[in-house]
Amino acid sequence: MAKNNAAFVRHQLIEEQAPPITERGVVKWVRENLFSSPFNVIMTLLSLWVIYSIIAGVAPWFINGVWNANSVRDCYDILDGATGACFAVLKERFPQLIYGFKYPSTEYWRPNTAVILLLFALAPILFRKLPRKFLLFSLIYPFLAYWLIWGGTPLVPVMAFLGFVIGVYCFRRFSANAFALGAIIGVIAANIFWVLGGYVVDANETFLALQAVPSRDMGGFMLNILLGTIAVALSIPLGILLALGRKSNMPIIKWICVLFIEFIRGVPLITLLFVANVILAFFLPPETSIDLILRVIVMMTFFNAAYIAEVVRGGLAALPSGQYEAANSLGLDYSKSMRFIILPQALKISIPGIVNTCVGMLKDTTLVSIISMFDLVGMIRGPILSSTSWNGVYWELFGAAATIFFVVCFSVSKYSQWLERQLETSNR
Amino acid sequence: MIKPAKNEVSDEIAIGIKGMNKWFGSFHALRDIDLTVNQGERIVVCGPSGSGKSTLIRCVNALEEHQSGQIIVDGIELTSDIKNIDKIRSEVGMCFQHFNLFPHLTILENCTLAQIWVRKTPKVEAEEIAMHFLEKVKIPEQADKYPGQLSGGQQQRVAIARSLCMKPRIMLFDEPTSALDPEMIKEVLDTMIQLAEDGMTMIVVTHEMGFARQVANRVIFMDMGQIVEQNEPEEFFKNPQSDRTKLFLSQILGH
Repeated sequence: MAKNNAAFVRHQLIEEQAPPITERGVVKWVRENLFSSPFNVIMTLLSLWVIYSIIAGVAPWFINGVWNANSVRDCYDILDGATGACFAVLKERFPQLIYGFKYPSTEYWRPNTAVILLLFALAPILFRKLPRKFLLFSLIYPFLAYWLIWGGTPLVPVMAFLGFVIGVYCFRRFSANAFALGAIIGVIAANIFWVLGGYVVDANETFLALQAVPSRDMGGFMLNILLGTIAVALSIPLGILLALGRKSNMPIIKWICVLFIEFIRGVPLITLLFVANVILAFFLPPETSIDLILRVIVMMTFFNAAYIAEVVRGGLAALPSGQYEAANSLGLDYSKSMRFIILPQALKISIPGIVNTCVGMLKDTTLVSIISMFDLVGMIRGPILSSTSWNGVYWELFGAAATIFFVVCFSVSKYSQWLERQLETSNR
Repeated sequence: MIKPAKNEVSDEIAIGIKGMNKWFGSFHALRDIDLTVNQGERIVVCGPSGSGKSTLIRCVNALEEHQSGQIIVDGIELTSDIKNIDKIRSEVGMCFQHFNLFPHLTILENCTLAQIWVRKTPKVEAEEIAMHFLEKVKIPEQADKYPGQLSGGQQQRVAIARSLCMKPRIMLFDEPTSALDPEMIKEVLDTMIQLAEDGMTMIVVTHEMGFARQVANRVIFMDMGQIVEQNEPEEFFKNPQSDRTKLFLSQILGH
């Protein structure tokens, strides 16, 4: 047998060549992903058929959609038997869907302004690169927004704001000696100021007053945004405090937090809302009339805070104990080590969980429609669908509601993913 | 071999421990510890794992609570009074086996945070001090990176610099090289030797016997939660007295 010759010399180097057509670009992708085996071929054809049927069914509904009509009957007349949506309801009832049916239409600019300013107020909180001075506006914003939405004299929010400022000042002043002393003096000072401020407000009720809009006139998507924003904004700090309280060494604080969290988590939100709506009225003295929106906000805040507390507790537990020890051994006391070392890391770990609960809370604001508040869903279910002109236009209305919520919630979740990438500092 | 100034040890007592006991639940972790460390002294603590050597130095800056006996650090007695504890902790620097740098802060921020918030040093000055010590541990160029971007040896040197920024009078090291790859151990030990030359009071829990020979004034051998033997390094290695010490030394030096 002839042996293979081991020696070999290449005299002509081979130039680089393009791969064959079947190994390139679209063709390759299609072959590998759609037609790689007989089973895949069948699945591909089946999927194409399903996609086609869905589009063929839905497209005419969208394309033939009627945008100009005065009632559902008009829509049918215009469509004349063809498949088509009746989007006219969205156009005709647009103000109701957004602002509810009682908010005075001449004052729509106020909630609009409040929403635009909300974006400015949120910007420095959401984006760390913006100058920290902008946070001042975020601090003032809640009071400004209250004046814009509820109207009345701006003295009310101004007094409320000054009360907080005085409270915080007293706390700062006296808490150097003892934390509890500072807190108590701060609370007392703020309350004294608010009582005095109340007289000032009563004497000047028309000063720079906007038309007052009572809480029961709030409605539409505005109400959802209002409830969602306030509940989320209040429940995150409250939830963090509850999580820290649950890990506290002081038994009383610990057990108060545990009881609160476990009780609230064990009760459905809708039950809490019913409590806010009717049952609370039985227990409070008859002359007290705490605003229904306020009661609902309190319940939603408690509910969300309990969940956030558990998420944050998970984040705290995920930190290696070495972080606590390193902070301690550098002489940082409890509040400083929490503020600079533990919470920044624990909250970063908790971002997906916190955002998850908050997006859930935003959507759960629609539950208030059950206790006869007219939020977006409440408006659709109540005044709009039960009117004779738009009776039975379910798909268009609920589709619109779903779309609006999807846009908001999807933006929030995209933001949180971006934030997680921003805070990533390790090389993993 | 440098014998860093053994004669510089002063009469001032840095740490005094008398009859100290510590239990974890029902486990008697430290038994009747008596130990006096003078200012400027460098002590190496060794012993088998579980012998209580880490617990001992963790008690010194109150990361662990002792149940009986007395610990006096720099003239302040360690009690459950939080103000005392915080005061002692800012006088005593500590380096951990796993470095425990703050991963969400840059190297520079790691070094300035405690200065700014505990020592109330103005930020600019704190950064100068931080850069001074980062230069001392030979990594000033990493100041703007995050801990996750550094090697283990570099991280441990940053941890040392971070402690030094607080200008501590005593440094505790809890197995500073045992989580490191062999080629990085030297850079950390060199840093610690330099620190010893500068006259820092140090208690080092370590298995680096070369370091003990070169730097320590005293080597302490612990087993079963008690101090079994202590001596000058030369005597300790050449002429161990107790059987436990002999066994331990034969195991770690025997290969």
